[in-house]
Amino acid sequence: MSEEPIIAIRGLTKTYHVGDVDVHALRGVDLDVARGEFVSIVGPSGSGKSTLFNIVGGLTPPTSGSVHIAGHDLLGMTDTQRTHLRKTTVGFVFQKYNLLPTLSARDNIEIARYIAKNGKKDESFDDVLKLLGIVNRLEHKPRALSGGEQQRVAIARAIVNHPAILLADEPTGNLDTENSTAVLNLLRRLNDERGQTILMITHNPEAAAYGHRTVRMRDGRIEQA
Amino acid sequence: MINRLVIENLKHRPIRTLLSIIAISLQVTMVLSLVGLSRGVLNDQARRARGVGADILIRPPGSAIIASGGQMLSRIIPVVIEKQPHVTAATGVLIYGTDLFSYITGVDLATFNRVSGGYRFLKGGPFQSPNDVMVDELYAAQHKVHVGDTVSLINRSWRVSGIYEPGMLARQVVPLDTLQDLTANSGKISVTYVKVDTPANIAPTIAALSERLKDYKVYSMEDYVTLFSPQNVPMLVQFTYIVISLGVLVGFLVVFLSMYTAVLERTREIGVLKALGASPGLILNILLRETALLAIAGSIAGIALAYGTRALIAALMPGALIQAIVYDWWPIATALALVGALLGAVYPGLKAARQDAIEALSYE
Repeated sequence: MSEEPIIAIRGLTKTYHVGDVDVHALRGVDLDVARGEFVSIVGPSGSGKSTLFNIVGGLTPPTSGSVHIAGHDLLGMTDTQRTHLRKTTVGFVFQKYNLLPTLSARDNIEIARYIAKNGKKDESFDDVLKLLGIVNRLEHKPRALSGGEQQRVAIARAIVNHPAILLADEPTGNLDTENSTAVLNLLRRLNDERGQTILMITHNPEAAAYGHRTVRMRDGRIEQA
Repeated sequence: MINRLVIENLKHRPIRTLLSIIAISLQVTMVLSLVGLSRGVLNDQARRARGVGADILIRPPGSAIIASGGQMLSRIIPVVIEKQPHVTAATGVLIYGTDLFSYITGVDLATFNRVSGGYRFLKGGPFQSPNDVMVDELYAAQHKVHVGDTVSLINRSWRVSGIYEPGMLARQVVPLDTLQDLTANSGKISVTYVKVDTPANIAPTIAALSERLKDYKVYSMEDYVTLFSPQNVPMLVQFTYIVISLGVLVGFLVVFLSMYTAVLERTREIGVLKALGASPGLILNILLRETALLAIAGSIAGIALAYGTRALIAALMPGALIQAIVYDWWPIATALALVGALLGAVYPGLKAARQDAIEALSYE
């Protein structure tokens, strides 16, 4: 691919200070993800994949190295700039769905649009809601939705502002096999049909197989790309 | 959208929301009732002072404007009447406080009637003996008293001789001589009421009386009734400020605790909002809007409750206390509730706004 990668990471390190101890979560990660790619990241607990997810998502700053996300250099970004990045460039899907319990499914999606100040009503988004199979569940609050439905609402919320990258952290970790398959198929279709770039963290090799390629992490480094 | 989130958040924890609103409403009611009571009681006293029908009023040297304390000699009256042109009648009354809000008045009916035109009796009539008492309708209703009944006042039994229309002096009136003897104030009175022949002569008469009665306080009735304000009641303004401060403190503490627990409970949701790109300002904004809504709802409930306390006081103690509805204090009490509540929300709000998104998202 001649196009610039949408995620370009070079020599990324992240060190946490826990009391007097320095914890090196990432020890020099290099990774490129092309626009429209669906990449799965696997690795044992403590391998650094969640830290990588958090840095790419702009939830925490890197310690050193360079991280370019859709043209934005994350190193040296202020909190305000990272807040803006989360608003406009990335969308998150979490293992525990993380819907706001007091709002209906529709409002959970709308609030993401509101925060991003994305006033444009996107007609094509109705197709996404149909694709996700939640059109008839939009007026329900999360407690009235099954886990699979909640995760599909969370996916809709993550992509409502057309983020450059969809970050999914164990999106099937709380789901049964049937719902896991449905959610993974949906992610795959979003990637195929809408060209959505997806970076997915998972423990599950079967889930990882839905991506175009799998990146393995161990001890804060990428083993094999 | 944010307003919807705010309302849904408040609906999500109805008991907490209700308790916060009740606490804020009590704060508002406390302020409105206190101010309403002081204004209601003072207005009523002013109305009853005016009801005497006098044009001029003389108070002894060194007396407070409203308090019953301070005496002067009864023989001031012949001095005033006999030596002052234009004065058509004058009467002295002795006021004796029986408790914080009530007092009993000793009246010489012969001279008092010349000033006031006499009491309008609903039942019974004027004193027949030194041990008679006349009460007004409100006192009679509150204490379920009828003509001929015996009532106990200042450690003595009195026979009720008549029940009169409210609006003139005290609610309990006894013969002046009896009250003077009973309270060791023989030959003394608290106030002298003076009537002059025409309104045009009020000012010159006041000037002449002031000249003659040096150190005494001589007021026209019109001026006197304007003095019935909280500023002229010793310590009332300070007391009001203390109650208001306590109210603001209560509002502050209730909202602080309510919002602090809300922030702890919603840690994960705050993390989600941050992940969606919500700025610290937006998080703070959400909590402050919730607080403002609680304060406004509490203020509305507090205003409604103030009507409740007014009705309760009117039902239980019509003869002792009157609570005015103080419309001009509605915005003040609401503003005080808002200030207390918003101050209480600042720390929890900042804590929420500064929350680390990753920690918040992993909060169980």
